[in-house]
Amino acid sequence: MSNLLSLTTFLPVLGVLLLLFIPKDSKGMLRNVAFATTVVTFLVSLPIMFGFQSNAEFQFVENVPWIAAGPFVMRYFVGIDGISLWLVMLTTFIMPIAVLSTYTAVEEKVKEYMILLLLLETGMLGAFISLDMFLFYIFWEVMLIPMYFMIGIWGGKNRIYAAVKFFIYTMVGSLLMLVALIYLYFKGLEAGFTNFGLLQFFNLQLPMSAQVWLFLAFALAFAIKVPMFPLHTWLPDAHTEAPTAGSVILAAILLKMGTYGYVRFAIPLFPEAAHTYAPLIATLAVIGIIYAALVAMVQEDVKKLVAYSSVAHLGFVMLGVFAFNVEGITGGLLQMINHGISTGALFLIVGFIYERRHTRLITDFGGLSKQMPVFATIFMIVTFSSIGLPGTNGFVGEFLVLIGAFESELRWWTIIATSGVILSAVYMLWMFQRVMFGELDNPKNQKLKDLNAREIGIMVPLIVMIFVMGIYPKPFIDKMDPAVKKLVSQVRPASMNVKKMPEAVPASPAGHTGIETPAGHPAAPAAGPHAAPAVNPHDAK
Amino acid sequence: MENLNGYLIISAILFSIGTIGVLTRKNAIVIFMCVEMMLNAVNLTFVALSRHLGNLDGQVFVFFVMTVAAAEAAVGLALMIAFYNNKESIDVDDINLMKW
Amino acid sequence: MFDYVWLIPFFPLVGFLINGFFGKKIKNEAVIGAIGTLAIFSSFIVSCLILVEMIGLSPEKRVFEKVVFPWIHSGNFKADMAFLLDPLSCIMIMVVTGVGSLIHLYSIGYMHGEEGFYRFFAYLNLFCMSMLLLVLGSNMLVMFIGWEGVGLCSYLLIGYYFHKKSAGDAAKKAFVMNRVGDFGFLIGLFTLYWWLGSNHNIWTINFTEIKAASHLLPYGGVVTVATLCFFVGATGKSAQIPLFTWLPDAMEGPTPVSALIHAATMVTAGVYMIGRMSFVFIKSPETMMVVACVGAATAIFAATIGTAQNDIKRVLAYSTVSQLGFMFLAMGVGAFTAGIFHLMTHAFFKACLFLGSGSVIHAMHYALHKGHLHDDAQDMRNMGGLKKAMPITFLTFFVSTIAIAGIPGFSGFFSKDEILWMAFANPLHGNLNILLWGTGAIAACFTAFYMFRLVFMTFFGECRINSKVKDHLHESPLVITIPLMVLGFLAVFGGYIGMPKLLGMLPNYFEHWLEPVFELAGEYGATYAHHGAHPSHAVEWALMGGSVVIALIGIAIAFTMYVQNTALPKKFTDTFPTLHRAVYNKWYIDELYDYAFVNPCKALGQFLWKGFDVLVIDGIVNGVAGVVMGCSGVFRYMQSGLIHNYAWSMAFGVVVMLGYYVFK
Repeated sequence: MSNLLSLTTFLPVLGVLLLLFIPKDSKGMLRNVAFATTVVTFLVSLPIMFGFQSNAEFQFVENVPWIAAGPFVMRYFVGIDGISLWLVMLTTFIMPIAVLSTYTAVEEKVKEYMILLLLLETGMLGAFISLDMFLFYIFWEVMLIPMYFMIGIWGGKNRIYAAVKFFIYTMVGSLLMLVALIYLYFKGLEAGFTNFGLLQFFNLQLPMSAQVWLFLAFALAFAIKVPMFPLHTWLPDAHTEAPTAGSVILAAILLKMGTYGYVRFAIPLFPEAAHTYAPLIATLAVIGIIYAALVAMVQEDVKKLVAYSSVAHLGFVMLGVFAFNVEGITGGLLQMINHGISTGALFLIVGFIYERRHTRLITDFGGLSKQMPVFATIFMIVTFSSIGLPGTNGFVGEFLVLIGAFESELRWWTIIATSGVILSAVYMLWMFQRVMFGELDNPKNQKLKDLNAREIGIMVPLIVMIFVMGIYPKPFIDKMDPAVKKLVSQVRPASMNVKKMPEAVPASPAGHTGIETPAGHPAAPAAGPHAAPAVNPHDAK
Repeated sequence: MENLNGYLIISAILFSIGTIGVLTRKNAIVIFMCVEMMLNAVNLTFVALSRHLGNLDGQVFVFFVMTVAAAEAAVGLALMIAFYNNKESIDVDDINLMKW
Repeated sequence: MFDYVWLIPFFPLVGFLINGFFGKKIKNEAVIGAIGTLAIFSSFIVSCLILVEMIGLSPEKRVFEKVVFPWIHSGNFKADMAFLLDPLSCIMIMVVTGVGSLIHLYSIGYMHGEEGFYRFFAYLNLFCMSMLLLVLGSNMLVMFIGWEGVGLCSYLLIGYYFHKKSAGDAAKKAFVMNRVGDFGFLIGLFTLYWWLGSNHNIWTINFTEIKAASHLLPYGGVVTVATLCFFVGATGKSAQIPLFTWLPDAMEGPTPVSALIHAATMVTAGVYMIGRMSFVFIKSPETMMVVACVGAATAIFAATIGTAQNDIKRVLAYSTVSQLGFMFLAMGVGAFTAGIFHLMTHAFFKACLFLGSGSVIHAMHYALHKGHLHDDAQDMRNMGGLKKAMPITFLTFFVSTIAIAGIPGFSGFFSKDEILWMAFANPLHGNLNILLWGTGAIAACFTAFYMFRLVFMTFFGECRINSKVKDHLHESPLVITIPLMVLGFLAVFGGYIGMPKLLGMLPNYFEHWLEPVFELAGEYGATYAHHGAHPSHAVEWALMGGSVVIALIGIAIAFTMYVQNTALPKKFTDTFPTLHRAVYNKWYIDELYDYAFVNPCKALGQFLWKGFDVLVIDGIVNGVAGVVMGCSGVFRYMQSGLIHNYAWSMAFGVVVMLGYYVFK
């Protein structure tokens, strides 16, 4: 089937049409139809995963003309490679879980809620598969609206503030991106391109000054979405106010748009600029890791704590991506999926106790392990996955990110980032201890019910994925590997040209020209085994 | 040539009367009629210049304006009736719900 | 048989899964216990078969690698789920599965009637699996799975009584401190991997491959950085200065856990890791010196604290820290064999001591429970004279105490004496040797003192337990005493396989066995060794005699203070109240860490959150929004809603624009 991607993407819209015909009051029916739609979408997306060939080409490509108005030509051009494959799968995998989690959580305006959820799914899938830059922009904006309403209508006490903050933050970035996109397009027209197709722009040679501005515009839009320090403050608010399913989707998928944007657009489109700004972005990422961990440590609200932990985790992703080598980017991509699974699971867990107690303050809990053993076990597994314990998914991604970044020019950044490993254990375990361990002394907690079958059913797929990806990540890595290698090769040669000049000067005494650095590892000190180990030529400058 | 000047002067006078009416009168219907007068002043200019320049475009435009004016009259009067039903007045000073 | 090495960690995994998933439904303690014990015992059988097969091979063939499945392959990086069998890992699997089996058996009796019995056995099996992965891993990453896995199990088992706040705190502390160590481990791994890769294009974390490439590593320099980082990892796992404070707190866990995890196996992981990478560590003289010094310092530091504790398990915990210090001392002076040997003998006698103390606590607990008393069952001040009531426990405990004190003829003597001798005679550290030896010897004296203090306070003299419940004290059941007897036997005779050459009665099998593993390290060490005069046999005899005398002095002091003249300790503490308070409060190290790290971190977090996140960043964001709101707040009044205002302003605008064009 050649249009499998479109089918997957627009099935939820079909579901929306179906929902429109169902009366408002038959809530069960509405929920079931929405759930069935997401499940069918997931099933339809499975052939994509199995049919995906492990090579660097874009697959399941569809390319048809759409809008042509004078010089403005955009096409419906979609396809996936190893990078977007897993994000598409993650989206279709998380959505049924998110829908299922709303069965008891949302009682008002169920129809609207379900419609928004399904529209959101289309928006997210569309953004991941778009290969036309303008199409991407459209889907990027489409995602924004359902989420805005989900936070603004079904959110908590401070929902309007959070929703507007979320919307404006994202909008500021995406408008800058739009400007950059149009500028880029006109540059492309000058170079003889006729449409917004992404792939041709990879070959566009831009002067450094233009690259820098374009990169910054894209980077800002994506950095807000990631979110990177110091643009992260919308996230804790949005997460705390959003309903559970909203938080899950926000954390698991929407945030990945930012990092995905870097991998798909900002870096390969502007490789030289990306290299120039790699230290800056790595610095922000590392600050984000430590900063968010420290702030998470002192949170009183479980959900806010998890939100800040998201910032820290995505800092790891950014660090890995900006290592510009296979290990780092693979690690970053894995970490994106891992974060989707474990943080999604954490938000579901917070949702479970919130539904029961209508509070999320850590001090209101304590000793829940005794009352809810199944919940305790699941919570503990997810906690350790979030900490990155070996054998769970979190470890594989985090480790590859760190080792990749250590191999690259970001050695010192890596060392600081690694200490985030300690802090993540501190804040997660401290929270876990205060919620689950200790005496069960709050009388309101003494009557809590353990998870029911539906809730266990929600968590089991996530738990299974946590272990599968931790113990046997090979299929995941194998499918993304060619695409990652291609990305690295897109970024590498440019970097070599820009970076080699200043590097060669201090490293080679007079007479030594053209020192061979092993391909793919520019970080190798050219002076050989006797060079001081920890001195990095780039740092010395 | 002097013909044209006459038309333009008349239309300018009509337009000014209409403008002053719009700016000073309080009765919505009067304001409405003043607007119509302004439109017709413009129409007069269109026709005069069309004839003067020997180009039919201006006359086409007049038909266009007349159509719009008719539509406007329909909508505008309907609005006024609706408003009168609510407030028992068509004084524009009472119509200020859309402030701030 | 070697091909089936994966069975060794597999059995405990199966045990864990069965007990973890179905334990709650099984309910029958005997079945659960049997599943758990059989799982680890099966591993023990497999280990024995592997050991026998390996003994049959010639020494240079005793290396075997088995890749079970590929794990992480990305770019240059390659890590498989693979196992390495060599003489070193053989010893370790024997110790882990052997002692592990005994402790599982013991736990059936000890944990009888506890809530969550199945949970305990599931965790214990999981721990064994992780520990076996740690010792069998053929690359650093598999080792790291085990490394973190044992930390996890330690967390779970320390927090077994999770409703107690102290248990939760201790568990968290243990995990976090281990994480600090893991940070070091990771950085060390990265450094080594990156350096070999970028300079020699050998991208590997596989032990065998690193060993083959180890001649490329420089002496000092980057190796010092890497090994020091690894050593930080080791201090975390093995409770050395500065990361030792979690181990005494870890005694919140049930006693079998203390015996298995916090004495015999997990805490020795750091020692094992240094042994496994001896060929890297030895290349850095600086690191070796640091390891030796930290080991010696920990040995004496922990020993001093041990002298003043009253909780029977805490004494043993500090004793463990101190003994681990001895092992690190051995590693640091290049006596890898001696370090591993002490690791093994220590596993025997310390497991026996912990299990013995468990037996005592069990009896005390029962008696106090019968009398409805709430006295502390672990406080030695409540004990005394237990040897009559519990003869088997006493005998095994006493034998192990003699072993740890270093009396000739018992296992601890052989290993500890070897370490002290090597500290004195090693060619690596020059003048530092005297200091290392001296510190070690004094620590040995303290060891003898506090261990005999413990024995005297617990088993000798008058019974200080409330006389109402005295008659309820009785010996523990067979399921508890059998492991004690086996371990007691090993505590006596386990040392004979590694008898020093000097005594010459038996060949030193242990050294020969490990020779292929540490040969390369020996060669590297010889390149920078100080070629001074080798101490003669006479000196060796003298030192051996000296260490025996030192041990006897320690015992004698303990005897005077706690048997002959029991008023002495009181007098002593009255004379030096400050000193006693400092020692009793563990030199205030915990408080120091709270002030230096924990509180500042929390304060910083609070500041960053309230001060920076909310005030500065959100302040700017909301400030911008506020300015916009403010401006529009002023301008919105232009929107009066009155048609005339709009009409007039429009007319005015038209006039202005026309005027502009007319008068331009």
